[in-house]
Amino acid sequence: MGHLLEISNLKISTPRGKNLVPLLDKVSLNVPKGQCLGIVGESGCGKSITATSLLQQLPYPLRVTEGTTAFDSFQHGKVDLLTLPSKKMRNIRGREIAMIFQEPMTSLDPIFTIQQQMFEALQFHFPRMSHKEMLDKCLSMLVKVNIPRPEQTLSSYPHQLSGGQLQRIMIAIALMNDPRLLIADEPTTALDVTIQMQILDLMNELKESNDAAVLMITHDLGVIAETSQHVAVFYAGHIVEEAPVMELFHHPQHPYTKGLLKSISSLSGDSNLLYAIPGIVPPGGSWDAHCRFAARCEYASEKCLKDVPALTEVASGHLCRCFLHRQEVEA
Amino acid sequence: MNEYLLDVRNLKTYFPVKGGLLRRIIGHVHAVEDVSFRLKEKQVFALVGESGCGKSTTGKSILRLIDPTAGQVIFDGQDITQLSQEEVRKKRRDMQFIFQNPYASLNPRMNVWQLLSEPLKAHFSLSESELRDRVESMLDKIGFTKDQLQRYPHQFSGGQKQRISIARALITQPRFVVADEPVSALDVSIQAQILNLLVQLQQEMSLSMVFISHDLNVVRFISSQVAVMYLGSIMEMGATKQIYAHPRHPYSKALLGAVPSLDPAKKKKRKALGGEVPNPANPPTGCPFHPRCDRASELCRQQKPLLTQQGDRALACYHPLDN
Repeated sequence: MGHLLEISNLKISTPRGKNLVPLLDKVSLNVPKGQCLGIVGESGCGKSITATSLLQQLPYPLRVTEGTTAFDSFQHGKVDLLTLPSKKMRNIRGREIAMIFQEPMTSLDPIFTIQQQMFEALQFHFPRMSHKEMLDKCLSMLVKVNIPRPEQTLSSYPHQLSGGQLQRIMIAIALMNDPRLLIADEPTTALDVTIQMQILDLMNELKESNDAAVLMITHDLGVIAETSQHVAVFYAGHIVEEAPVMELFHHPQHPYTKGLLKSISSLSGDSNLLYAIPGIVPPGGSWDAHCRFAARCEYASEKCLKDVPALTEVASGHLCRCFLHRQEVEA
Repeated sequence: MNEYLLDVRNLKTYFPVKGGLLRRIIGHVHAVEDVSFRLKEKQVFALVGESGCGKSTTGKSILRLIDPTAGQVIFDGQDITQLSQEEVRKKRRDMQFIFQNPYASLNPRMNVWQLLSEPLKAHFSLSESELRDRVESMLDKIGFTKDQLQRYPHQFSGGQKQRISIARALITQPRFVVADEPVSALDVSIQAQILNLLVQLQQEMSLSMVFISHDLNVVRFISSQVAVMYLGSIMEMGATKQIYAHPRHPYSKALLGAVPSLDPAKKKKRKALGGEVPNPANPPTGCPFHPRCDRASELCRQQKPLLTQQGDRALACYHPLDN
């Protein structure tokens, strides 16, 4: 089975004075065809900039300083998204790779109707499509994402619709051109739980029917459990653990992943005290030269305060960045 | 001495909707519609619901941060809604509010010392040394050291800022506090620290608390009593354990079922609740939940069910689920 997208050694930095401060440090990931890869992490861990760099939309002054990608494009063959000329990139963006953003309320333009915004996405890639064809396409997409009154919705402005409806429209626009890869950056964080459930169900369903691969970025392990087949856990700008979803939830190996799962599941237990990971999330760029989790880790040894552990395979398909396992393997 | 510290009776808060050329009032948004509940000393009572259900407005109305339209809020035998502004201000020594977003609720131009001593200066006349003692003992409780007193909010992380705003609310030693989504702006690994701190302080200081949240897991952990709100009204109210184990209102059941499970193997064969929360300016007739409810009957469409005691809990439903 081939990979739709391979990211290797991606490094993103921001200038600070004369220096470049890394915000994302040598991340390698593979997105298989037709599957959902989840990226989970806390704020500032670099999960969103990974996604925006793939579309060449990193906010200034961030830049990619290292790394390559290989995307299997049906228009241009195997391409490196990071260095692709902007003309070719425009053909891919919105056509082969689409993105859903976190805040549906702010990512649609308030002064255009839904119809105008949906038409724009079609017109750019299919300039010869007739008005009638575009209208049919938009209506069928709105029906697909369960919008109750599609004709009426097309002529509405974003402020006339609810958050859940707007997110459905965002998904409709993203999927309209049958993309091969859908990047979803916290698609349900701004929504209520009952609406979140509807949107996640919808995304799972559409992923099946469109055979698209999904890159799901979230801070919520519950969302990962509902959608992903494979998970990468980010902490302080690099991957600390990567595994198939069952493996990660049932046999977490990295102390950070273990801690996260423990603190969430202790919420539903009957104990009087929650399990809490001590300390704070290190802000972007100010990372220790040794294991970046050592300061908060209850298992940290002397070795952890000297070197950065490498990402090593602890079980088939299960990678973990921790000295604890290295020793076990060596012994 | 009353059995209940706080007794909220038929609280209603309406916001006017203005429209037309003359900006006349053309209607009202019924943000809080006839909410009643009681809170014992040292108890944690949670209000849970989706956005727009009126849970924050209820919390603010209790403390008169928003003036309620009708109803009574009896705190320690005194009706808060009848007090003058000046009397309410004095009362706030005993009733405080913890805000959701610590990035916005702390004045960026005040350092920790100023932030923490301000409430004391407003409510007590203390000497400089007494002031220092109180601030330092509070600082100790939230896990800060004295050398952090001169720092400003931007020098702290989100979790630390929330500790400061908790300290600011509790430094006057109130008997009652409303905490409005105190952890929802924080990272997952930090939430647990702040919740532990809140529980610990609540027990140490014998606080009563109304805890407002949309996060059902957090509510289960922190509260002993819970009220599930929908569109301004309480749908189901009772002991947290019982309601979580056996929700009887169809909405509570749907809400609890919508929480993503942490076990990918248990990806439940559940049906997502259809539809959306209606606009509170134009609520449906009868039961506010009937357009999304699969048990709705003609009666539900016509007449709003009242909150009545049914066994171990209060329910507002004509067709509750079996216990």
